[in-house]
Amino acid sequence: MLLIDCPYCGLRPEIEFSYGGEAHLARPQRPSDLDDQAWSDFLYTRANVKGVHAERWRHARGCGRFFNALRDTTSDRILATYETGRPRPDVAPGTAKPPPSGGGA
Amino acid sequence: MPEAPGRLMSKQPFSAWALIRRGLSGQRGWQPQWRQAAPKASYDAVIVGGGGHGLGAAYYLAQEHGMRNIAVLERGWIGGGNTGRNTTIIRSNYLFSESAALYDHSLKLWESLAQVLNYNVMFSPRGVMMLAHTVHDIQVFKRHVHANRCNGVDNEWLEPEQAKTFCPPLNISPGIRYPVLGAALQRRGGTARHDAVAWGYARAADALGVDIIENCEVLGLRVDAHGAIEALETSRGLIQSPKVGVSAAGHTSVVLGFAGVRVPLESYPLQALVSEPVKPVFPCVVMSNTIHAYISQSDKGELVIGAGTDAYTSYTQRGALHINTHTLDAICELFPQFRRMRMLRNWGGIVDVTPDRSPIIAKTPVKGLYVNCGWGTGGFKATPGAAHVFAWTIAHDAPHPINAPFTLERFRDGYLIDEAAAAAVAH
Repeated sequence: MLLIDCPYCGLRPEIEFSYGGEAHLARPQRPSDLDDQAWSDFLYTRANVKGVHAERWRHARGCGRFFNALRDTTSDRILATYETGRPRPDVAPGTAKPPPSGGGA
Repeated sequence: MPEAPGRLMSKQPFSAWALIRRGLSGQRGWQPQWRQAAPKASYDAVIVGGGGHGLGAAYYLAQEHGMRNIAVLERGWIGGGNTGRNTTIIRSNYLFSESAALYDHSLKLWESLAQVLNYNVMFSPRGVMMLAHTVHDIQVFKRHVHANRCNGVDNEWLEPEQAKTFCPPLNISPGIRYPVLGAALQRRGGTARHDAVAWGYARAADALGVDIIENCEVLGLRVDAHGAIEALETSRGLIQSPKVGVSAAGHTSVVLGFAGVRVPLESYPLQALVSEPVKPVFPCVVMSNTIHAYISQSDKGELVIGAGTDAYTSYTQRGALHINTHTLDAICELFPQFRRMRMLRNWGGIVDVTPDRSPIIAKTPVKGLYVNCGWGTGGFKATPGAAHVFAWTIAHDAPHPINAPFTLERFRDGYLIDEAAAAAVAH
């Protein structure tokens, strides 16, 4: 089970959270201007990264707030968590300090 | 042991007589079932991924389409990915006509596969029973039963007592948290031996001249100036090929990404576990989508139990313990006699999930590049059928009528085949 560092509440077990998928996907301002391919890409196509993945989590059974995390999908180690709206931190696997007591499964 | 690359090995046939003869001579004299091939500089077609789907596609390309100068590239060892990590459930009771045609095509191939390959894949149509626990379940399953029968797929509704008769260990007490209110039974469904499927296809494909190349990771795809596939960069050198079929399950996004093709897939860990082996106690396959459990007993005697996917995407081939615990809660409630069983081991596979829970078997925007992916949590059952129509698609550069609806473009054009109800997690 992952230990996830909620930016608001601190380190909590994964079962308190729900997963929100890939982060930093902005809904197009005017969907009606998009062609079918662009709309389909927004709806369905995901990076599915093997490596550092920016993703949303929600502390559903805690503070209830959404935030973002960077997680290495080859090790499940969480490299950083940060508030929604902030830009993606610049960390790479191996260079970042893991969260206290480790974020890996 | 390993033979010279390119040399055809005569297939040593299996028969009762051969078994007796080898048995009397101390099991000596069995030959390797396929060659340890080294990659050639070029092939007419290359399959990426040496699981059941990839090996099967190579076999059908060679057997039905006469393409003998082909290879299967496998990053690890054949059958070591999801082919060796699933719970081997076989059924075809999917809701929509497109799915029923695809999965039933597969089920029909399962029925004769051991004879066709001369390899015992241990297909055992012992019946797959899906439990209903809520009024909604009853309505959905009855709808499935009717839809299946319209499509010529067997499926029947059982009342709780009938379900108990079919599977005596089942607890149909009305006092449990989610009582069994009925079940949908597909009698033609069942299980098969996962390793034997990979090995049987490998052996049959090898005998037709297919090179099966293990420990060969694809590191890049080269596309020429006209947008056609040209070659594969691998850990064992450059391989030219005008046709490349990607059958890489959870790593499909990675492999297709080498050619700049993006696909609507997300890769999740899916876990399963087995108990210590016991005498035959469990006669069929039982699945419960609602309370997340599926179970059968292998011929070795282990209870084979499927758990759910983890919440997050991952490539780690492992998952969290609470997922398995949740499944075992349901197993213990449905089958109280197993409460003192000990679990022997658990593992995870990486499954490629599409938004509509239906697969993609199709051409891609790159000419000569084909993909068989998106099987999510339920690809094993489709192994022969998917391999068969994928081979057709590669050979003809056009889909077989059965896989024609399963395109990449369906997501753009709005023709989703939404099997989330049939699949859920317990695909």
